[in-house]
Amino acid sequence: MSTIETSSTLRHTAFVLRGNPVTAIAAALALLLALMAIFAPWLAPYDPIASEVSAALQPPSAAHWFGTDQLGRDVLSRLIVASRLDLTIAVTAVAVSFALGSIVGALCGYAGGRLDKAVGRFVDVLMAFPLFVLAMAMVAALGNRVENIVIATAIINLPFYIRFARAEVNIRRNLGWVEAARACGESHVAVVLRFLLPNVLPAMAVQMSLNLGWAILNAAGLSFIGLGVKPPTPEWGIMVAEGARFISTGRWWLVAFPGLALMSAVLCFNLLGDGLRDILDPRMRT
Amino acid sequence: MIGSDNSKPLLEVENLKVTFSTRRGLVEAVRGVSLSLQPGEMLGLVGESGSGKSVTGFAITHLLDKAGRIADGAIRFKGQDITRAGGADLRSLHGAAMSMIFQNPRAALNPIRTIGQQVADAILAHRRLSRQEAQAEALNLLKAVQIRDPERRMSAYPHELSGGMCQRVMIAIAISCSPQLLIADEPTTGLDVTTQKVVMDLLAKIAAERGMATILITHDLGLAARYCARVVVMEQGRLVEEAAPLTLFHRPQHPYTKRLVAASPTATSRIEDLVPDGDGIPLIEVTELPPPPHGTPLLLDVKNIVKRFDDGTIGVADFSMTMRGGESVGLVGESGSGKSTTSRMICRLLDPSEGEILFDGQSIGGIPARDFHRSELRKDIQIVFQDPNDSLNPRYTAFDCIAHPLYRLMNMRSGDTMRQRVEECAERVGLPRELLSRFPHQLSGGQKARVGIARAIACKPRLLVLDEPTAALDVSVQAVVLQLLNKLRREDNLAFLFVSHDLNVVRMMCDRTIVLRTGAIVEQGESRALFANPQTDYTRELVDAVPHIAPPMALQVCTV
Amino acid sequence: MGTIGATLLRAGRRFVSSLPALFGVLVFTFLLMRVLPGDPAVFFASGPNAGKEEIEVIRRQLGLDKPLPNQLVIYLTDVARGNLGRSMMTGQAVAKDLKERLPASLELTLTALLIALVSAVPLGVIAALRPGSLVDHGVRLFCSLGVCVPTFVSGLLLIYVFYYLFGLAPDPTGRIDIFASLPPQRTGFLIIDFLLAGDVEGWWAAARQLMLPAVTMALFVIAPLARITRASMLVSLGSDFVRTARSVGLSWWRIVVTYALRNAILPVITIAGIVFSTMLGANVLVEKVFSWPGVASYALDALLVSDYAPVQGFVLLMATIFVIVNLLVDVLYGIADPRATVA
Repeated sequence: MSTIETSSTLRHTAFVLRGNPVTAIAAALALLLALMAIFAPWLAPYDPIASEVSAALQPPSAAHWFGTDQLGRDVLSRLIVASRLDLTIAVTAVAVSFALGSIVGALCGYAGGRLDKAVGRFVDVLMAFPLFVLAMAMVAALGNRVENIVIATAIINLPFYIRFARAEVNIRRNLGWVEAARACGESHVAVVLRFLLPNVLPAMAVQMSLNLGWAILNAAGLSFIGLGVKPPTPEWGIMVAEGARFISTGRWWLVAFPGLALMSAVLCFNLLGDGLRDILDPRMRT
Repeated sequence: MIGSDNSKPLLEVENLKVTFSTRRGLVEAVRGVSLSLQPGEMLGLVGESGSGKSVTGFAITHLLDKAGRIADGAIRFKGQDITRAGGADLRSLHGAAMSMIFQNPRAALNPIRTIGQQVADAILAHRRLSRQEAQAEALNLLKAVQIRDPERRMSAYPHELSGGMCQRVMIAIAISCSPQLLIADEPTTGLDVTTQKVVMDLLAKIAAERGMATILITHDLGLAARYCARVVVMEQGRLVEEAAPLTLFHRPQHPYTKRLVAASPTATSRIEDLVPDGDGIPLIEVTELPPPPHGTPLLLDVKNIVKRFDDGTIGVADFSMTMRGGESVGLVGESGSGKSTTSRMICRLLDPSEGEILFDGQSIGGIPARDFHRSELRKDIQIVFQDPNDSLNPRYTAFDCIAHPLYRLMNMRSGDTMRQRVEECAERVGLPRELLSRFPHQLSGGQKARVGIARAIACKPRLLVLDEPTAALDVSVQAVVLQLLNKLRREDNLAFLFVSHDLNVVRMMCDRTIVLRTGAIVEQGESRALFANPQTDYTRELVDAVPHIAPPMALQVCTV
Repeated sequence: MGTIGATLLRAGRRFVSSLPALFGVLVFTFLLMRVLPGDPAVFFASGPNAGKEEIEVIRRQLGLDKPLPNQLVIYLTDVARGNLGRSMMTGQAVAKDLKERLPASLELTLTALLIALVSAVPLGVIAALRPGSLVDHGVRLFCSLGVCVPTFVSGLLLIYVFYYLFGLAPDPTGRIDIFASLPPQRTGFLIIDFLLAGDVEGWWAAARQLMLPAVTMALFVIAPLARITRASMLVSLGSDFVRTARSVGLSWWRIVVTYALRNAILPVITIAGIVFSTMLGANVLVEKVFSWPGVASYALDALLVSDYAPVQGFVLLMATIFVIVNLLVDVLYGIADPRATVA
């Protein structure tokens, strides 16, 4: 049966992509970003860390497409190499909170009762903080390291997945086909893991894609205020922070290009999320 | 034709065509409908889902969604062509000349505005009054639609009223500026039978008092027959027959009308009458089952079960019943009567708070619902669910759905035996083999219902719980499904616990009937006797409220 | 009277139900403090060069030698007394520092919120009224892009355009030119204080200074607000009750505003809490970009010199503000939607 499902999903995906070029472009861009991150060291025209003071603060030119920074490092090279770190942080954080949040949330939504109440309280406490501030405090407390940025980003994402999975499971737990699965001899745990979760996943995938964008913004924001990533490591947020000192004197390229990189990464994940919503909705399949 | 032909019609619709633009291009929902309506007349517009009956109503009142468009034809109101009316013309028509009441009355009212304000808004749309005067007028209207305690209800919000009350408010809004034409789109669908009758009676009375012409759009032939002097039947966007109800029901002309009339259950119809020409499934020999020999052990013995929910409310209070193998018992009640909760407890998906359930002599009430999936008896008690849309896993094909219980409960692993068994089940429920690879959203409502039934009978259960199995289906599909269920029951000697709000269906399907109200048994007995001669007021009220296909006059003839 | 009573009751109940979360916040901040690198006793000592004995004394005074639950009680009592510790950086009590800087942050955030609401709601409504039109596509494009640009980047680019290129904006540092005379402090909000003092020139200077950071912050939240307004307005316009309103011939204005918009605004109120949370976070970044002398830049400065007491005080303050905002939002929602029941 799974072969039928796969081929029909593929066909449906192709159908949706044809009718929705924006999603196709977003998907292509996401792929491009991933490739850029993977092959970064080979793609970068210059060494991203080697400084050359004589060539400092040069505007974009044929030699340095995106100009050079205050230490004469090539902005384009730093940008390319930075994509590795930025994407890794975001993807890891989102994956961790997704895995944890969806299972916990689904169990809460199905079982209700004491577990649900306890988890609900925990989520309330997390949500009582402005999330960026919470992430800031956690990185400060746990130590100024990249791993802690990942942990902090994962934790502030957690409430969304828990709540989302909980709500989605909760509205489905009394549907006919869920009860039918039990009448067919499935245990509660099997119903949650093998029946409800797969049905909730499409909606979660949309959420995940949108969250990737948000996670990138958060991580970049943290390093912009000097947390986590330390110079001279190339990272988009820290590049903007370093360039900020020169904006009042008109050195726009130091801010604009890493800013553009951030923006396009976030935009691409957001558009992809919107597109996924259409693709994964089985009701629209024909 | 009833009504004098020499008087000028209030409304004339000529060759009306309505198209909708959808993702798959233009879809023609109404394909050339012509009808006319005299002042003060009540016309029934009857059809199944997709017949275009509501679209016709919305086209007349110019309330189609953005996607819909009147493609051709003419609509004349009091001789004036309003087909292309727009802007100010339309505003002066809406409410003042024609208005509409809708299905799902609670959603049709603004949730954050008080009842009084909303009625006053409607009044002020066409009359120059002060707010106070409008409020006073609104109060009068609420009195006219017989809302209890109208002064207090003026400041109530829709969510504080029952569905029936909301529909009365909707009627008050619709008649606030004395329109000459009222279009009622499924005004009582979704309401309980008793409320349904009260609301319809009120509507008929108001229309008669005010001389307001009414178009009653409904899927229920019986309802149209009870209230309308003339009925128009629609199928697939076309008008197929028009007649007085009596003529329509006794001498239907069009094949579709014939099928529809036959499929609509009446107070006297039998299962085998529903589908006269055996559409789809081969007609089966129906023979009365001999009464079970004395001393056969009880299949099901439910003793004093009670269900208390976590929030303290009592869903079921002290329910007892017994069933023999192969017997069919109906469980009847309005919403909130606890019939679904009871059925869930019996098929062990929900734990009773108190009481005992014996199945084939074995106690199963004590096994927590959480562990019942491991019980030997799981495959003996199966269930068919209400809404076919919700009852199939969207990620399973029809084949997977039917194979699921075989895999879990009969330990059948994929392979030829499994395939054979699934195909056999599909064949028994009349599901074509080529549909087995489809996903639920690629099947029609009736086909989904068949998959649900095939899944339930796959393991050859002894007791089948049917939770409103046809409530979401059109009558013609319902007729076929009921026949199918009856056939399966007789072939397998299955016991049915048939949960339904539809008394006519229960009477046909069940040997015995239990009437529930707010979690307690009101009355029980042999079905025919119970419906012919109800012993309690509540049951009598229920029975009386059922709209019958035969109009009042004919009904008297029948009962004599 | 009844509705006011119900609202008060609701506010009261809601406050009580937010107490556990507030308590959780306190415990969480306390735990954060315990994991923070460094010795709290050192913060409270007279200075970084305090002697060993002095620190020991302080440690005993603070109860840091006691088991964790006792310390929690001590911490809670301290917070209740308004004692958030002492900042090494300024040498002042953290509570006092925060109190001095809070008006600057609030002025910025509230102005931004006002700008965002005033522009987002009409944009969303116009887009929803003409779905598929040029305006609609424009709004959607703006929304899609708006959520993607990080505040710190948009802030810097605004500085580049309006300060460097066109010279329209003043030097993007601080609330007011350091040589300008400040108005007598009444509310702490410069644009209000200048107005009260009748100093038009000062007011204009302060308003110009405020504009860029406020717009930067607003830009980031206009997109989600406009997006939800558009979506809920579309739902509202397609709803059964709007169809009812049309069926009785209500005027366009009444249908759009009284029936559709008032219902559509409910989801906007619901997400206002989340939007405010985003804004408090964005506040940190914007204050850094514009060297705005608010609580966030105070905390950031402290963080960079490993002065942790201000950071904790800041986190606690933000969480408290957020809890209060959520309370307000909830009460507002209760007034706007009669269906909302007291939880």
